[in-house]
Amino acid sequence: MGCLEAMKPEIILSQSSFKEAREYIRKNVREYHEVEPGYRIFDIHIIGVPPLYVGIEGEHLIFPYTKPCHGTFVVKVPGGEEITRLRERKGK
Amino acid sequence: MMTEKNEKTALILLGCPQVPVQTSMALYLVHGLKQQGIRPVIAGTAAARKLMEVADPDRHYVSEMTDLDAAIDEITEKQRDFDLCFVFIHNDSGVAYAGTMAYISKARLYALLFGEHAQDLAGEIEFPCEVVAAKAVHNPMPLKHRLDEVMQWAVSKR
Repeated sequence: MGCLEAMKPEIILSQSSFKEAREYIRKNVREYHEVEPGYRIFDIHIIGVPPLYVGIEGEHLIFPYTKPCHGTFVVKVPGGEEITRLRERKGK
Repeated sequence: MMTEKNEKTALILLGCPQVPVQTSMALYLVHGLKQQGIRPVIAGTAAARKLMEVADPDRHYVSEMTDLDAAIDEITEKQRDFDLCFVFIHNDSGVAYAGTMAYISKARLYALLFGEHAQDLAGEIEFPCEVVAAKAVHNPMPLKHRLDEVMQWAVSKR
């Protein structure tokens, strides 16, 4: 997990499918933005089949993180300047 | 990506090596690509790459290998791309990686599905690619036969 581990992520959903992760964010996070596969947050690329969502909750980002052996996790980390970058993109 | 020598390249994306046939089929695929003059680059988890290294100590088949995340980083940053891409898939993460490759890369994409749930996973593929699926866990032959049907070299040589 590298950089992500260093951010001490809160694991909201573990070992799910990328579709379950997508639905969790869509249904449970009020503000979410669609991103393309490969979208980079810090040094992490969002993996999956569109649509892929990244949520914002206060000062935190909530996004799917896919590991080859363990499925997709939904993680919550401090967003910092990534939140501004995400909001400046077109569309919700 | 065409290199200076106009050599075609193929990215072989290896997932979790939990299912035994992956390493064997990856070596077979690398062999076939090389015979066609296509340079294979293997991207995978550390364990998947180590299995390849140990199986081919003199590097008869395996040449360039790279980390999975590094490969995706290079393609999304448009520093590199490939002519062909083969994604080995035996779980949901594999489908997610293949879907990502379909979006970020211009390569012709092949989804190689194997393991107990190969057919179910094939039903999850909703993006443009060539699907090669067989219920192969320990015995690689069902997947090898499917791959041979799809790839031209098998037709000409066997």
